[in-house]
This record gives sequence, C-alpha cells and structure tokens, in this order.
Amino acid sequence: MSRRATLLPLLALLALLAGCGERPEPAGGDPNRLTVYSGRAEDLVGPLFERFERSTGVDVEVRYGDSAELAATIGEEGENSPADVFFAQDAGALGAVAETGRLARLPEPLLGKVDSRFRDPGGRWVGVSGRARVVAYDKRRLSGRELPRSVFDFADPRWKGRIGFPPTNASFQAFVSGMRLAVGDARTKAWLEGIAANEPKLLENNVQTLEAIARGEFEVGLVNHYYLYELRAERPDLPVENHFLAPGDPGSLVNVAGLGVLHDGPAAQRFADYLLSVEGQRFFATDTAEYPLLAGVRPDDALRPLEDIKGPDIPLGRLGQELRSTVELIRDAGLTP
Amino acid sequence: MAGLASLPLAYLLIRAGTGGAEAWEVILEPRTGLVIGRTLALAAAVTVLATALGVALAWLVVRTDLPARRFWAVAAALPLVVPSYVAALALIAAIGPGAPLRGAVEALPGVERAPELFGFPGSVIALTLSTYPYVFILVGAALRRLDPALEEAARALGRSRAGVFRSVTLPLLRPSIGAGALLATLYTLSDFGVVSLMRHDVLTRVIFQQYRTLFDRDPAAVLGLVLVVLTALVLILETRARGRSDLGGGGDAAPRPPGRQPLGRWRVPALGLCAGVVLLGLVMPVVVLGLWSLRGPSAAAALAALLWPAGSSVAVATAAAALAVVAAVPVGLLSVRFPTAFSRGAERLSYGANALPGVVVALALVFFSSRYAGPLYQTIAVLLFAYVVRFLPQALAGARSALVGVNPQLEEAARGLGRGAPGAFTAVTLPLVAPGLLAGATLVFLSTLKELPVTLLLRPIGFETLATEVWSATSVSAFSRAAPPALALIVLAAPIVFRLIERTDERDARGEALGAA
Repeated sequence: MSRRATLLPLLALLALLAGCGERPEPAGGDPNRLTVYSGRAEDLVGPLFERFERSTGVDVEVRYGDSAELAATIGEEGENSPADVFFAQDAGALGAVAETGRLARLPEPLLGKVDSRFRDPGGRWVGVSGRARVVAYDKRRLSGRELPRSVFDFADPRWKGRIGFPPTNASFQAFVSGMRLAVGDARTKAWLEGIAANEPKLLENNVQTLEAIARGEFEVGLVNHYYLYELRAERPDLPVENHFLAPGDPGSLVNVAGLGVLHDGPAAQRFADYLLSVEGQRFFATDTAEYPLLAGVRPDDALRPLEDIKGPDIPLGRLGQELRSTVELIRDAGLTP
Repeated sequence: MAGLASLPLAYLLIRAGTGGAEAWEVILEPRTGLVIGRTLALAAAVTVLATALGVALAWLVVRTDLPARRFWAVAAALPLVVPSYVAALALIAAIGPGAPLRGAVEALPGVERAPELFGFPGSVIALTLSTYPYVFILVGAALRRLDPALEEAARALGRSRAGVFRSVTLPLLRPSIGAGALLATLYTLSDFGVVSLMRHDVLTRVIFQQYRTLFDRDPAAVLGLVLVVLTALVLILETRARGRSDLGGGGDAAPRPPGRQPLGRWRVPALGLCAGVVLLGLVMPVVVLGLWSLRGPSAAAALAALLWPAGSSVAVATAAAALAVVAAVPVGLLSVRFPTAFSRGAERLSYGANALPGVVVALALVFFSSRYAGPLYQTIAVLLFAYVVRFLPQALAGARSALVGVNPQLEEAARGLGRGAPGAFTAVTLPLVAPGLLAGATLVFLSTLKELPVTLLLRPIGFETLATEVWSATSVSAFSRAAPPALALIVLAAPIVFRLIERTDERDARGEALGAA
C-alpha cells in the first residue's frame, strides 16, 4: 500500500475519534436528554424517535441492538449503564432486566393506560404495542378455510411433514408458556410430542420460517403476525398469508414490545408518555403493522381487531417465571438441542 | 498483551463462578455431550477440507504455471471477505430447496431426491468456503518466502517431485499450515451465523439459546468454557503438529523465487478446481447479493448512504489491523525466540478468546470496560481494543509463521557488526517477516470489516459500519437494502487483498526477470 493510501483512512479515523470521543451519560435529571437502548430495529422505530424529538425537544441518543443481547449488556453494565430507557422487542427481555432489579417502578397513570395483561404485575415495565401469534401458510397450496381453528389440531398426523417453526425463538417460547398456563402442562406436553412426531422443520427465527414457506419447504408456520408485512414490503408477490386462529385459542397469544426505565427522570417519563399517547400509538398502527394497546386507537384494517383475537387470558408478566420449565418441556419433546 | 487478550476468559470464569452449581448442571445434561460431539465433528471436517483446499490452491498459484495465476491468487483469497452467513444464504438460494439447480438435479433420471443441504453438509460447505482463505493466504506467503535451494537439492539427489513436496516442502510449510488450520478451526468453533441458517445444532447455538431465550448468562458462560477447553485441545494438537519445524532454521536472507512446475495434463483439472471454488465462494454470493439489491428501489441512493459507514469501516479496520500487528510481534517473538513455558503459554492464551462467539467476547468487554474504563466505555478506543482482543490470533498467525522462518543468527550477525538490538531487528528481521506481518494484518483488517457482535455493543452511539448497516436491514428482512452494504464490504476488501498478493508477487516477478537475464 502506498503511503498516501495508508494515510487517508487514518486521517478519517482521527476525524471519527474526535467526533465520537464522548461517551453517552445517562440523562438522569436532565429533562432534555435521553439515552435509549433499543431492541427494536432502527428501520421500524427510528421515525418514532424523530417524532418524539420534534414534538418535545428532547435530544435522544439511541443504541440499536438485539433485545436479548441488550438485556445481557444492561446486566453486565450494572450501575454503570448509560441507558435511561430499555425499549425491547419482547416482554421476556424486559422481564429479565426487571429481575435484576434495575428497572424503576412506572407511575400508575401510565400503567393504567394499558390492559393489565400487557404489563408487569410489579409495574416495572409496560407494553406499548402488540403482536399476535398466527399461522402463516403457503397460499399456493392451501386456502384459509382449510386451516384448523385451533393450534392443537396441528398435532394431528394429517400435518406430518407440513409444519415449520423457530423453537428457540423468544416468541415461540412465550406462546408455549401461554399454552401451559391456559391448558396445563400435560396437554401442552402431549401437543409438543404430537408436533414433534409430525417431523416439523426447525428454524432459527420467524423470517426464516416465512422464507422457507415461500420456497415451498413446508405449508404452515407458527409465527408472529407482522413479519409477513415486513417481507411483503420488498416482495409483494410473496405466496404467504396469515391465518388467525379462533378467539381465545392458545395459538393466538398476543405478546408485546414495551419499555422499562433504568434511570428515572423527566425525559424518560415524557418518552414513556409519548409512546402511549394517541400520536405514538397511531405510529404502531400505521408504520409497523402492530396492534396499538391504548383503548380507542384502531389497528390497520388488514388486521383482525385485538378484541376478536383475544388470545388466552394470561398476564404476560407471568410468562417470565415459566420460561425455564417451558424450555425444558420443548427440549424434552426433542424440538431443541 | 496476552493477559489483556485473555479478558474474555477471565469474564467466563467470573460468570461461571458466580453462577453456582445450577449453572454447571448444563454440562451434565445428556444432550450437551451430543452437541459437543457434533461441534467437534464439524470443526474437524471443516479444518481438514479447508487445509487441503488452501494448501492445494496456494501451491497452484505460487508454484505452478497455472494460466492466469495472478488472477486466481487474488480471486481465491477473496471469499474471505464474504461474511459467512452471506455464503450460507447464497448456498441455500443456489442449491437449497426450491432452487432451480436442485430441481434440475432431481429431474435427472435415477435421482429421486438431491442430497439434503441443511445440517452437517451445508454447514461444512459454507464454513469451508469461508475459512480456506486463511490457509491459502498464510501458506501462499510462506511458499513465496521459501528458499527453493532445499527443494532443488533434494531434486538433484534424485527425489521425485511428489517426494520433494512430501519430504521437503510440506515440513517447511508446517508452521503456516498449522497457523491457517488453527484459524479455520477457531472460526468454525465460534461461528453462529452459518450453523443457525443451516439448522445444525452445535455448541454456539446452545450458548445463544441461553442468552437469547433464557436470558441466562451463567450457564452460557459454562458452555463458553467448554468451547475454551475444546480450543485448548486443538492448540495442543497444533503444537504437536508443529513438531520440530519450529526451530527457526531454514530462512535465508534473500530467498530466490523458485521455478514453476509445469502442470501438463493437470492444467484443466487445476483450473476447474480454482474456478469451482471461486464460483461457490465468491461469484455465487455476489450474484445473490446483486439479485437482492435489484429488488430494492434505487441503487444510487443506497450507494450514497453508504459513504460514511464505508469510511468508518475502513478506518476502524485499518487501525485494528495496525494495532493487532504491533501487539502480535512481541508475543510472537517471545514464543519463537525464547520458547519457555511462560512465553508459550502467553501466546496460546491469546487464542483462547478466538473460539468464542463474538457476543461472549463483546459482553466480557462490556463487563470490564464499563466497570474499569468508565470514561472510555462505548468509545472508539475500547472498540478498537475489543477488535484486537478478538482478532489477535490472526495477526499472531501471520507474525509467528514468518518469525519461525527467520534465522536469529542473521540478527546476531547484524549486532556483531555494531547494530543495537532494536536497530538489528528493524534492519534485518522486520524486512524478512514483512510479508507474514502483512498477511496477518490483512486477515485482521478483513475480519474487522465484517465484524458485528462486538461492534453492535461497544460502538459509540450513532457509529455505523457496513456490517451494522447489513445487520440493521436484515433485522427487518429488508434484504434489498442489506445487499448494497454487503457488496460494498466485498468491493472495499478486494483491492486490499489484491495489493497484498500483488506486492508479494511483484517481488517474484522481479526475481524471475533477474533469473532470466
């Protein structure tokens, strides 16, 4: 490499060093600054942060990452965490951080805006948007009417070799926990064994599951509802459709993305308030194809309304304690290593 | 230096220690044994194949009259810049279920079903394609450095070509083959992207499950330690394999370029091998990425948005490569020139962290830097430090295999002629080991370019690299937007690899011209 060619990147590096030398501090009492650890992708929620900044004048610094890895990071940082708010993709990651005692109790009026199913019983985190479990299917080979109304029917040998799902994914495990709380361990175990006997394809995540359906590897997948809309943004002709199960069926659990506050202060409160305001909730309805959780804000027309899905009547805050036994049950059925 | 590089190890011990008996139960689970077996089988298969492929290709491009060999020298090194999960995605797209190629194979008479790609076979193919360049680059550098006098002597004494290769060349290449094979093994042990896409349950997947679904860092740490133990076993094997070639003999001050062996009727199969590997490891991923980016709206807009992340990527990768080499030279020197138990141990310790999944290294550095380096936490300084910790073995592999080939008597002679110790090192040893150091630096540069887990957790807020751009697009399944930064990674890396190979080749060419005159 010539001398000049080596010099240029190093100069660029120096410029970067100068620009990024300062480390983010938690805002704490400063009402105009906020540091957020976001387990939700920048593509989805970046505009939401911008709208919040515009409407409140608070300067927001966002670290994007994987929800579980950010939860682990907060655990390792302990008291030294620069994060004021943890904005997570699922209730499980929030529960894990709550367990470390790092989350402040949220104020009653804020918690009161959301159905008690969708928040921590201890008031340490609150859901801000909902996602439903659905059955995604290959519409070239099946029509919605041919699909069962209960997830239990997929244990029938008729579905042998036709199913796929991500058994290690947090959303799948939450759904199995929900099933255990709704119908008990014995029936859940029998269902898992039935499913395992149907030789399902096991994938890493929801998107891989949908793509495998599109490739024709199998016909139905157990996933969250909104990944289909993400994929369709790029491939409108994706031959996959969502099927909603019967109201109250364990297969239609509604889970949430939500937030917890690590360093309490006026800016953190304003952020939480904003996400659960009509404006914030409309964003989830229109921009991320999720379910708003604030009463009175309607989801997108393409979605089945939350009242009609119902899902099993289970507080999400309880799923965390069930996780370990759920993982064991899934493993004993031979679905995970 | 080696002590700092073993921070992730210290972290695992702390976590596994505080976890108590419960965390250790994970080892006793019957499935863990099965998973360890699978991990070892995968690592063994990938190492053997990557080594065979890397040595064969290096020999073809350096020592034979392979047509367009300088082109192949660059092209065959380039799969290193393809992130391994991209290689896996390309394999799935090209020969996975529903792919036209597979359909064509299954349409052949007598073929009921094409062989399964997912699981062991797919993981082995994708990881071999991602790791053979380690062997290829290091062995290539060693072959160019090798003094042909020994081989010529053996030939003159009546040995056959194959015999010379077996009894003279191969033993002289042992340090670089060992170093390259070691990097391939460590990469395989630490990989998560490929095995998750190929649905193959190995240790890293179990570790990720502990983090991602159970939010439990303690059993994850215990499993991480299992990986470290496996690494230790691999290191012992590698030390054995190094054998007596470690004596620092051989090296002549001014190696002449060797003659090129005519391939004769082997020319076509040799070209076929090169073409096949480059097709699978480089062309296919690039085509798949190209197709993805066509799905997107505008390539021009995508490119403009990439300028800043691309600059950041190159800047941190360059700095990390330079720092890693500076750190590797003393560790390598110590272990080659003064092979005591301590210096050996220090060198081996640096490898410990390399077999760990990136997220474990990242969390270890979060743990230490947020506690003990508060003001530097999540700044470029700690990020660079983390890259050095993660990729030191790659710089070390380059430095060590080069240092082994230099006879210390040369330096002693310089000192006898009145140079001071540092002066003798700079004037004599450094120029001789430069190709090896450069090879090591290139490996670190390329690895840093595509590094993700450490970057995500330790970067300053708002600091974007090409790898984080790829990640942020794929995390919302926007593959069309993931493609341009992934392609940019490959495009940026290509000239670096090209320069590396050219530079060493120019010397060959000069030597050849002299020889002809």
